[in-house]
Amino acid sequence: MTPTTAGSRSRATAVARLVLRRLAFAVPVLFLVAFGVFLLAAASPFDPVYQYYGVQILNASAADVADVRARLGLDEGVLAQFWGWFTGVLSGDLGVSRSMRQPVARVLAERLPWTLLLTVTGLVVAVVFALVLGTVAAWRQGGWIDRVVTALGHALEGIPPFVLALLAIALFSLGLGWLPVAGLTDAGSALSIGQVVEHLALPALVLGISQSPWLVLHVRQSMLSSLSQDHVTGARARGLGERVVVLRHALPTALLPFVTLIGARIPELVTGTVLVEEVFSWPGLAAAVVTAATAVDYPLLAILTLVATAAVLLGSLLADVAAVLLDPRVSADG
Amino acid sequence: MTTSLATLTLFGAGCSVPSKPGGDGADSMLLADGYEPDSLNPLLGYAHAGAAKFYDGLMAFDGKGSLLPALAAEPPVADEDARRWTVKLRGDVTFHDGTPFDAEDVVATYRAAIDPAYASTISSNFDMLDRVEALDPHTVRFDLKYPYVPWPARMVLGIVPAEKLAEPAPLTNSELNTKPVGTGPYQLVEWRQGERMVWRGNPDYWGGAPAIGEVTVVFATDDNTRAQRVRSGEFDGTVLPPVLAERVGTDSYRTVHHDTADYRAITLPSTHPVTGDPTVRTALNLAANRDGMIDALLGGHGIPGHTPIPPSMDRYHEPTARFAFDRKRAKGMLDAGGWRPGPDGVRRRGGQRAEFTVMYFADDSLRKQLAVAFASDAGEVGIEVRPAGVDRTEAASRIGTDAIVLGGGNPLDPDLQMYDSLHSSVIGTGTYNNPAQYRNAAVDAALDRGRHTTDSARRARYYKQAQTAYVADPGLVYLAFIQHSYVMRTGAWNGYEPVIEPHTHGTTWGPWWNVEDWTPQR
Repeated sequence: MTPTTAGSRSRATAVARLVLRRLAFAVPVLFLVAFGVFLLAAASPFDPVYQYYGVQILNASAADVADVRARLGLDEGVLAQFWGWFTGVLSGDLGVSRSMRQPVARVLAERLPWTLLLTVTGLVVAVVFALVLGTVAAWRQGGWIDRVVTALGHALEGIPPFVLALLAIALFSLGLGWLPVAGLTDAGSALSIGQVVEHLALPALVLGISQSPWLVLHVRQSMLSSLSQDHVTGARARGLGERVVVLRHALPTALLPFVTLIGARIPELVTGTVLVEEVFSWPGLAAAVVTAATAVDYPLLAILTLVATAAVLLGSLLADVAAVLLDPRVSADG
Repeated sequence: MTTSLATLTLFGAGCSVPSKPGGDGADSMLLADGYEPDSLNPLLGYAHAGAAKFYDGLMAFDGKGSLLPALAAEPPVADEDARRWTVKLRGDVTFHDGTPFDAEDVVATYRAAIDPAYASTISSNFDMLDRVEALDPHTVRFDLKYPYVPWPARMVLGIVPAEKLAEPAPLTNSELNTKPVGTGPYQLVEWRQGERMVWRGNPDYWGGAPAIGEVTVVFATDDNTRAQRVRSGEFDGTVLPPVLAERVGTDSYRTVHHDTADYRAITLPSTHPVTGDPTVRTALNLAANRDGMIDALLGGHGIPGHTPIPPSMDRYHEPTARFAFDRKRAKGMLDAGGWRPGPDGVRRRGGQRAEFTVMYFADDSLRKQLAVAFASDAGEVGIEVRPAGVDRTEAASRIGTDAIVLGGGNPLDPDLQMYDSLHSSVIGTGTYNNPAQYRNAAVDAALDRGRHTTDSARRARYYKQAQTAYVADPGLVYLAFIQHSYVMRTGAWNGYEPVIEPHTHGTTWGPWWNVEDWTPQR
């Protein structure tokens, strides 16, 4: 057995251990988050019975409202509600969403794929932007591209995604008429790949751009430091082409902290998605989050929060695993 | 932010308006709605005032002020004191799933409406219902707890198949919430929640298959976005605020404004030392500039309101029951009633400053504007009104002691419009039942007679008496009946008929309330 394979095998074991440890850690975190959601919702000033009734509350008699409250279990204490929900989840039953009037599992099945599609596309856009613009800006430091990218990056850091979304609609949809305003398909059309791609373009672009400033500036910064490192100077001294020096020698060193940063950006990405979905009438989970929160809809709210938490945990786990795999110097001991 | 940006681009872009998009035939229609239902279950309030596309009631509204038999074969027959109602049912009707419609379905639907086990949100509308029984497969008998002449107006409730109600459990998880099965002219093909809904004509509809075989309703909550998309020719129609509708309804679109029973009023709590005073109540009614509010806030698209009955319910409307806009008289009354102007311009009587709070739902901009306009009118006669934005939970806890901007309305019967708002017997039975605790023996008596009197001319007279008695001793300030505004494509279909609308609006009501009877123009 050669030392390299032995080394990579112990490396693989270390990564597996890292993953297991994180997963074991995730269980109590998720439990606590879910419990926290129940406590917060219970403390909120909203009375769920108003959401349940809607405008019907205008005609409802106090006695009937009290009956409904009892039937729906709205009077039960928060601990009882949590326990009922928790044991349900353990047995595979996510419960029924009162505000959406259907099982939570169905709400997730219908909406989560669209949210994932938007988020992943947005992330890819952001990463591509970051790598291309960050590298070019650092490579030609002080040039006009660098100055424009840096200035724009700092400006965009301060612009909330929904403002960007409205500007993009004004420009690309209403001004130029290139892309549709909102929705998943044109109003009269059936669901098709072409339609979805056309409607995905603008929201994904907006989400990607709104998330990219941090990434672009970060790539630029780490490229700058890696361009001045010894191995790059060495590569230049050996007379290698500029393209090879930048892409093969400088970029890989700069990539490592970038991967970790992407993991850390996941929470921002989740919030950004919620805002972008609202503006573009994207039929994802965002609308469900708002409805569930104002309706004190415990089962739906808890699951949505868990999905978001799991996304964040998974994001940071993947980033760490990638870091361990990419750079042998990184310890997997956590 | 959203509004200003979208408005800016809306009229700057100068889009041309293409004719019908996508080469669709005139037998399909594409509408946009600003409001998406939570549920399509009639027992959870879907289309509770009728015009439920997926369902039929035993009775249906004719759009003008009368009820016609729908699933009932003929008008219901009441016994002498209007407590026992017998209804013959149509025999030729099937549900969308192919099962036949019969008396069992009617019984199951009405039982579920009043059985607490189902946690229906409309149970209070059927408070008077004691028992419902099938006499034979095509006859149903309703026994009421008290004489109730307006019962046919309650019979617009959509009938669902008995099989779907087999289990007496809360309806939160009912299949009907997202997959309606009814007897109505349209069946649901697809509902992508948050995005759109597709209805297809029911080929076996007992009233004849609709000529417009497919209707797509797209949900877009932002008014300006919807206006923009209509402007670009995308939709065949939508609901919009009046001013925006006027601006969009050009070229191949027209704007229509429908009369409604949808009132906006300010409650005046009886227990409050200022709003409980009869002089203040009448003075506030005289001081409110109703026409001014309608012009400024609704672009003129509203009807001044003085009592709960709008002029559009003309059989029951008492035209003399109104308040003049007369600040001088209001001031004179307040002076005579002992409310003297204080040093800060606000009147006082004894130690009491003439001030009170008017709550409005913070998410409703029209109610906020009305509260502010009312406050300014009240200020003109020396009464200080403080508008306060609240949410539903807070409103419910303060409604007995603070004034609030109320809204609602149902044109099917004057009893629905007046009894729960003004009768003293409903005080304390529900948050929004006579919340300001108005008590007037003459109004009570007239409303009770209206419930018991079967002769329709005499009955109408009682409601007119109730309005006259109310105006002599007002307990709220009714401001306006707001019109509902829509834009619709012209030159494609025949069949549009104006309708008097309830509080509910959107694409189930509006010009499309009878879309099943529309035909394409050739």
